[in-house]
Amino acid sequence: MTVKYGSAKRMGLVSCRDCHLLSRWPEVRDSQIVCCPRCGSELHRRKRNSLTRTWALLLAAMIFYIPANVLPMMITSAVGSVQADTIMSGVLYFLHSGSWEIGLVIFIASIFIPFMKFIILIYLLISVQFKLVTQPENLTRLYQLTEAVGRWSMLDVYVVSILIALVQLGVLAEISAGPAVLYFALVVVTTMLAAESFDPRLIWDVVEEKDE
Amino acid sequence: MHKIACHECDLVHDIPPMPERAAARCVRCGSILFRSRKNSIDRTLAWTLAGLVLYGIAVSYPFLTMKSGSIAQQTSLLSGVEQLYNQKNVALATLVLLTVVLLPLIQLLSLVYIFIPLKFNLRGRFAIPVFRLLGQIRPWSMMEIYMLGILVSIVKLAKMATIVPGLAVIAFSLLIFVLTFALSAVDHHMVWERLEKDL
Repeated sequence: MTVKYGSAKRMGLVSCRDCHLLSRWPEVRDSQIVCCPRCGSELHRRKRNSLTRTWALLLAAMIFYIPANVLPMMITSAVGSVQADTIMSGVLYFLHSGSWEIGLVIFIASIFIPFMKFIILIYLLISVQFKLVTQPENLTRLYQLTEAVGRWSMLDVYVVSILIALVQLGVLAEISAGPAVLYFALVVVTTMLAAESFDPRLIWDVVEEKDE
Repeated sequence: MHKIACHECDLVHDIPPMPERAAARCVRCGSILFRSRKNSIDRTLAWTLAGLVLYGIAVSYPFLTMKSGSIAQQTSLLSGVEQLYNQKNVALATLVLLTVVLLPLIQLLSLVYIFIPLKFNLRGRFAIPVFRLLGQIRPWSMMEIYMLGILVSIVKLAKMATIVPGLAVIAFSLLIFVLTFALSAVDHHMVWERLEKDL
């Protein structure tokens, strides 16, 4: 069963990303599209312009990451005083108030995970682009990790949306969403799209080319 | 025997008939190729119907109540969205509405739309696009992350107020598990084969 070069692309086949049906790849011109005979979704042997798209979305996410961290996430006004909190000051608040576990959770979800996603995606893109793949299994695992954990960065966006609903005490206290929330949500959405547009099969194409 | 290519590395495998509740792994990269399920249709339907009941409770009953002195502020699942909308954050309101409220409902309704006809060997007119949609929206449905957000908010407000969780919070947290069970009871390979057959 373990044919060395058994990738579908090499065998003239194509696998549907939606329904997993394996079908024959017909000879087509660039302008033509091929659809899955079973579910009708558009077929590509490799995701279209995968590297360029992933780079573009990744750069966008890295740009959004700056205002997301610098601008205030949440503006609290309580009897006469107004306080603006960034993500980091929120984390520090929890560390000082004794709930360090919660501080850690927010730090991981909001600061560490997006940053780790940037690093991993850059590493994957460079490995594929410059054909530097030495441990394809590990790269595949890293890719699956970024796909799985990226969504958890939405945490802080949700916390703000819950707090502003709860704390509407009129003159006493009020919380409103700061400008960073939108940038932060954009970081999460663009990194998720970046991970989705990267094609992990490219990692193995490099290995197959080398073995030849 | 059928052929399948690994989703992650594109290696083609011959899959022999699989026993129930088994998983096949790619020999090259180690990713899961697919899993077979037991009583997939009945189990998916049972979890989905339970999920719909819980969903109804989660959106209509009180969610969280904040008590501070003589003031009590009651919220529903949709209050956060409403408040974001009032503060002119339309994009954020839409994002939260989609990922926490609408997509889980779409998931439940899609499962009903596909699996009730399947139970009687039928197929809805839009079953194929709906089943494709179901697979695509999964990463964007984020109830479990919202639940963690609730916990963080409760801790954050603990010093200034008492937070009383309502019936909807209980339904919402159960729904997270029930929807996960419903989705993982789906035998994708079987469903695609059945949807194809009726063509």
